Amino acid sequence: MPAQSPDQPSGPTVTFDDVTKAYRDGTVAIDGISVEVASGSFVALVGASGSGKSTLLKTVNRLIAPDRGRVLLDGEDVATGAPHLLRRHIGYVFQNIGLFPHLTVADNVALPLRIAGRRDEGQVARMLDWVELPRALMTRMPAELSGGQRQRVGVARALVTEPRLMLMDEPFGALDPVTRQSLAAAVARLHRELSLTTIMVTHDMAEALLHADRILVLQAGAIVGDATPGEMLAGRGGAAGEALVAVPREQAARLAALTR
Amino acid sequence: MSDAWARVPALAAQHLFLALAALALALAIAVPLGIRSARSPRLASIALGGASLVQTIPSLALLALFYPMLLWLSGRVGGGIPALGFLPALLALTLYALLPIVRNTVTGLTGLDPAIREAADGIGMTRRQKLWLVEVPLVLPIVMAGIRTAAVWTIGAATLSTTVGQPSLGDLIFAGLQTQAWTLVITGCVAAAALALAVDALLGLAERAAGERRWRRVGAIGALLLAAMIVASAPFWPSRDGRDRNVVVGAKNFSEQYILARLIGERLSRAGYRVTYRDGLGSAVAFGAVATGEVDVYVDYAGTIWAGAMQRHDVVPRDQQVRAIADWAKKSRGVTLLGTLGFENAYAFAMRDSFARARGIASIADLAAQAGRLRLGSDLEFLDRPEWRAIRDAYRLRFGAATPYSPTFMYRALESGRADVISAFSSDGRIAADRLVVLSDPRQAIPGYDAILLIGPKRGDDRAFIDALRPLLGRIPVAAMREANYRVDRDADKQTPEAAARWLAARIGL
Repeated sequence: MPAQSPDQPSGPTVTFDDVTKAYRDGTVAIDGISVEVASGSFVALVGASGSGKSTLLKTVNRLIAPDRGRVLLDGEDVATGAPHLLRRHIGYVFQNIGLFPHLTVADNVALPLRIAGRRDEGQVARMLDWVELPRALMTRMPAELSGGQRQRVGVARALVTEPRLMLMDEPFGALDPVTRQSLAAAVARLHRELSLTTIMVTHDMAEALLHADRILVLQAGAIVGDATPGEMLAGRGGAAGEALVAVPREQAARLAALTR
Repeated sequence: MSDAWARVPALAAQHLFLALAALALALAIAVPLGIRSARSPRLASIALGGASLVQTIPSLALLALFYPMLLWLSGRVGGGIPALGFLPALLALTLYALLPIVRNTVTGLTGLDPAIREAADGIGMTRRQKLWLVEVPLVLPIVMAGIRTAAVWTIGAATLSTTVGQPSLGDLIFAGLQTQAWTLVITGCVAAAALALAVDALLGLAERAAGERRWRRVGAIGALLLAAMIVASAPFWPSRDGRDRNVVVGAKNFSEQYILARLIGERLSRAGYRVTYRDGLGSAVAFGAVATGEVDVYVDYAGTIWAGAMQRHDVVPRDQQVRAIADWAKKSRGVTLLGTLGFENAYAFAMRDSFARARGIASIADLAAQAGRLRLGSDLEFLDRPEWRAIRDAYRLRFGAATPYSPTFMYRALESGRADVISAFSSDGRIAADRLVVLSDPRQAIPGYDAILLIGPKRGDDRAFIDALRPLLGRIPVAAMREANYRVDRDADKQTPEAAARWLAARIGL
């Protein structure tokens, strides 16, 4: 991947316009959500399980089709055109990673290029550098990697086609805390250096506070809090946000007390 | 032994062609069905339920059921669908091969980690790319295991296609079982097993090569199987000499029938016909086969047609019975009854001489008085035949126990005392050889069983054909037939049906 020049335009603006999705059993996953994610921002969607945050994320790359409403990228409806063409321009990282077990690391990373009919011999190696994996791993099979290494491959695969928008669904959920921390830092760095627009779903408020520049709190399919990390810590993130912030704040206070 | 091996290549070729054709057809149906079933649980339960149901039908019965089904279908569309031979065997084996392939395809696809599908969608694969780049490579080993199972089953079950008139390695097995020629049975079994193992090993190689993504090797193995199939299909290629000269001689599944078929075939080939044999036909199937022209000629017995196809239960003098059958066969089915061969092969009750004498049994009426304490050994179909019902009702016959055996084992059961009386055939060589007594039938409940020569519709006015067979009429006394049968049925110094047919021809001066 060529280094992005500082004046590279940032990733697209993502606009949710009255997006609603009910599941077949009648439960409403998201209920008329309208919000705009600014170009180049790193937005965290937080909330308890079942709050609708994953569903909202997946309406962007059309893994889920909303019953009502639209999702726009730079003003263009994602529903125009074929879904696979849309997805080739959006990086997608999710908790279960989904590496193809029959392909080597290199083939996994190169697959998005291959299916789009593109070839770039050097790109795979450069991607591994970006996610801080040794190039020697290229010929390994996914089963031979650690959990953290696998998710790094997942991130490399998501970014190999140089998308401008990255969607992450609990990307570090299955990792140990140390791995989690270093991978989150790498992703935050990639977000900055590539001037992506990034939307990350997480249930971990601390992660959201540390990496995102804007936090949307979801509850029962609606946005109940919308604040920067600073505002969130200052108690301006609404009641549900406050309840989520209370956990890391309490932990930080107790840790601080221990060092005294 | 060498005689048996000499027949293997031709039979193995037909066997292999049939099994591979069934496997290919099953693949063409099962894989798309499996792919669709994996997406729809309802279709999956229907498809898997149906395929499992087929598996519960004994394969022999499944093959036999296709005969009336195809006959009916052929009648509906105005003829032209062969009800015997390759087609019913192909269809039954195909149905049989479906289950393992459908099941493994569904299992493989539904067992695929959902995260892998989500990733495939997430990076922007089309449906087709997802299928070929992700689903096929991951599911292939499981589907392949199903295909290998199906291949082994199909090659094994193809031995049964002999019973619907499709030559296979089963010809050796069935002929061997009937005539107690164990080398024939073993030869057929070993050849079929070798064929199954070879195909399984080849498919195993293909599976490994596919796992290593060495597609050229997979292609080579596929080409090898295809080539084997083409070579094996040689017997089905249209011959250059006119179709008219090809005749099919039918035989039911016992020694006398094999011998008479060879006797007939030998005369026809001397008259310039190209003869093939359809051995081991079921009793009910045989007459249907000559009526539709799938068999050109075979020997049946007056009483069998009388009680079976004609549904007559009265007993009339033998010559009158044969004339009635000739009229009926010609008018209703277009079959020519050329004449009788000169001997009778009637159902009869036979007992060990010493045993019968000790109990004072000489007739079926004597037997009826003591039957409650006696055990009957019958052949496989006797207890379901109208003749048995007629005898039973005429004499109020009730045995203490009745056990069906294949004909060979029936004599063994009598000899060893596991049966006290058996449903024998009057022309059986073992009656004289084993010193058995045949019980008389004072109430004449058993109809006549003259051996009759039946000829299919398209040979009814083939002069050369009829002239070749006419010398057989009235020429074979029961003693000659018994001895010929015994040459094949005896335990020591057994002869093949071909040899016994040559002996019989010499004995009656032909």
